[in-house]
Formats: sequence, structure tokens, C-alpha cells
Amino acid sequence: MARIIGGITTSHIPAIGNAITRGQMEDPYWKPFFDAYPPVQDWLEEAKPDAAIVIYNDHGLNFFLDKMPTFAIGAAPQYLNDDEGWGLQPLPPFQGDPELSWHIINSLVEDEFDICSCQEMLVDHGFTVPMSLMFPDQAKRSAIRTIPVAVNLIQHPLPTPARCYKLGQAIGRAVASYEKDTKVVVFGTGGLSHQLDGQRAGFINKDFDLMCMEKIVSDPEALARYSIHDLVRLAGAQGAELILWLVMRGAMSEKVKKLHSNYHIPISNTGAGLLLLENAA
Amino acid sequence: MASAAKPAPIPGTVIFDGDMAVKGYALNKMCFSFNRAENRKAFLEDEDAYCARFGLSEEQKAAVKARDTLALIEAGGNIYFLAKFVGLFGMNMQDIGAQQTGMSVADFKAKLLAARG
Repeated sequence: MARIIGGITTSHIPAIGNAITRGQMEDPYWKPFFDAYPPVQDWLEEAKPDAAIVIYNDHGLNFFLDKMPTFAIGAAPQYLNDDEGWGLQPLPPFQGDPELSWHIINSLVEDEFDICSCQEMLVDHGFTVPMSLMFPDQAKRSAIRTIPVAVNLIQHPLPTPARCYKLGQAIGRAVASYEKDTKVVVFGTGGLSHQLDGQRAGFINKDFDLMCMEKIVSDPEALARYSIHDLVRLAGAQGAELILWLVMRGAMSEKVKKLHSNYHIPISNTGAGLLLLENAA
Repeated sequence: MASAAKPAPIPGTVIFDGDMAVKGYALNKMCFSFNRAENRKAFLEDEDAYCARFGLSEEQKAAVKARDTLALIEAGGNIYFLAKFVGLFGMNMQDIGAQQTGMSVADFKAKLLAARG
């Protein structure tokens, strides 16, 4: 049987990808951020997941406003990264797992989540930056099978935090009912507080972020009670990406154990959060 | 488009909803095209012709000409698509953060650092 062996949250800021490409990990600006990742990389090395479900948002690479699915799931044998227009170097293809993807798609629709399935899907920095952080080694990065789950965070109405948490729970049930012996890890990417647009650009809310870092572990339902408007107000326009963390958390069991965490301000315009969770026995 | 009553506005923040997505469609579609290098080149070679090809409104054309991020947002631009536009001029999110808040880039970065408390 398949099982979820861990949940990881990480920011997915494009500047991280540039810093990796340029080898700036030891620079004073970047070091405190990158130094938090080896414990998570070591855990992955040890736990050897077969597949990663990556919860992210597309920032205008694969999806345009002509067709904007609220929840889209990849069902492709591989996923290509591509030019996003502003200079991030595209990464080599990522491996898919169509069988597990279709199992999840079938299970979700049966569970009344009417998602959009994608047999071709470009993945952007929201997906690739976390993959680079988790698997710095290209061979390992291209070995793990991936299932991209894209959540609309461009055009309101965005799905509510409560809905995203429930989607995660449905993904958890889908994995648990997959018959092939598969170890699955779930990445909730993005966040924490940041706002890129408007006179409020540069808004970061450390207190709110630290509260989210705690509640996502101990009481995710408290976070699921916020509205999207609350999240925009409290975490900034793009801080609404917390809903991606809630999808991950929903896929985990009710009680989880926190193995590692880090919070760092600022990376680019963002409060960057990292968490490694295991299901509690 | 907007149907439910909108909650209280958040100062300095434009919610990119159905109304804005309709208003900004042409502008965002042009910016989406900048994912491809040949389109970036075509814009830089003849900006007016490129804007005309996408049917930008006068308000959008003026905001493009001025490289004015706040005006682009007002004209329906979405920040993720606008990122591809400002990237044409070598600007990143911290540069346009500074522009939108009327600060120098150094002051904007200092403001972000100050969020550490």
C-alpha cells in the first residue's frame, strides 16, 4: 500500500533559484536561509520517498487567464520547466507518475473534488525551486517521481483555506487507497507573508508567520477558518499562498510530529518558512 | 464577475478579481507572451506595434510607456504577468517594490530587513 511518510513546507521564491544557479549559497545574505535545508535533505536521503506530491501555484507559465483552473493535477510521464521571461534558468525535466496521478484524480473526483487533469503541464519556479532545495543533486531530483498539484493563486476568487485543507485530506485518502507499495512525500510550497504589488509592496508580518508556523503543526483547522481576504490583509496579497501549506497539512494525519523548522526574514520580499513533519503514530 | 458583497478594501492593495481580470486581459496577455525570447525581442524592437497587436487600451499603453507599475496594476495588470514586463528592463520585484512605494531600492531593502523586528 502507498503511504505518506512526510510533509514539508518551503518558500518557493524565484530569487532562491537564481542564488543556486549563481552559487551564492555561502553569501552572508543567503547562508542563514540555505543552512536550514541540510536536515531536510538528509531526512529525504534516509527516508527515500518514491514520489513527491508538490502543491504549488503557477505564476503565468503554464496557465493564462483564458483558462484558469482552481485545482489542476498533472498526469504526465514528465514535466518540463521553461523560460518564465525574467531570467531564471530552466531546469531539466522532472519525472511523472501517471498511474499514481490518475489514481489520485479518480479518487478526488469520486470524493467530489472536480479537478482539472493535465497530460501536459509546464512547471514553473513554484515547483522547481522547492525541488532544487529538497534535492540539490540533479540525479536524485530527476529520479523521484512527481505529481504537480497547481492551485489558482492568480485570479480571485481563490479557493478558501477550508477548501484547500479538505483537498489535502482527500489527497491523503487517495494515497492511502493506492495499492502499489509507494512512499509518498508531500510538499506544501510558497509563503509566508509577502506582498509584491501596490503601495503596500514589501509588507511582511513576522508575528502572523510565526503563529502560522506553529498552528500548521498543532491546529491547522484554526488556519483553515481564515478567509482569503483575511490572509491578504494579514499576510499580504501573495501571502495567501498559505493555502498551499494547508493542502499539504490536510494530507497528513491529524497529529504530526515536527522534526525541523526554520523561519528567516527576508528572502527577496518574503518571510521564508521551512517545516519538516512526520505523521505521529 | 463580482457578485458577492466585497469586504472592506485593504489599503495599497488591488484584489485581482474578475473585474480586474476582464479589464486587464489584453495587457496581461501581452505580458504572458514575454515568456518567449522572440516576443521579448519583438517588443523591444517596436514597442508601439507590439502593444497595438494585443489591442491595449490607451490607459494601458500609457502605463506601459511610463513603466509605471502602479498605473499598470490600476489598468488591470496582474503582478505575475507584470513581472515578465518589468523583467524586459532588468527590473526585479525589489526594484518595482521600491518604485511602487516611492523609495530608493536601498531603502526598500532596509524596510524588508526591518521586518525582522
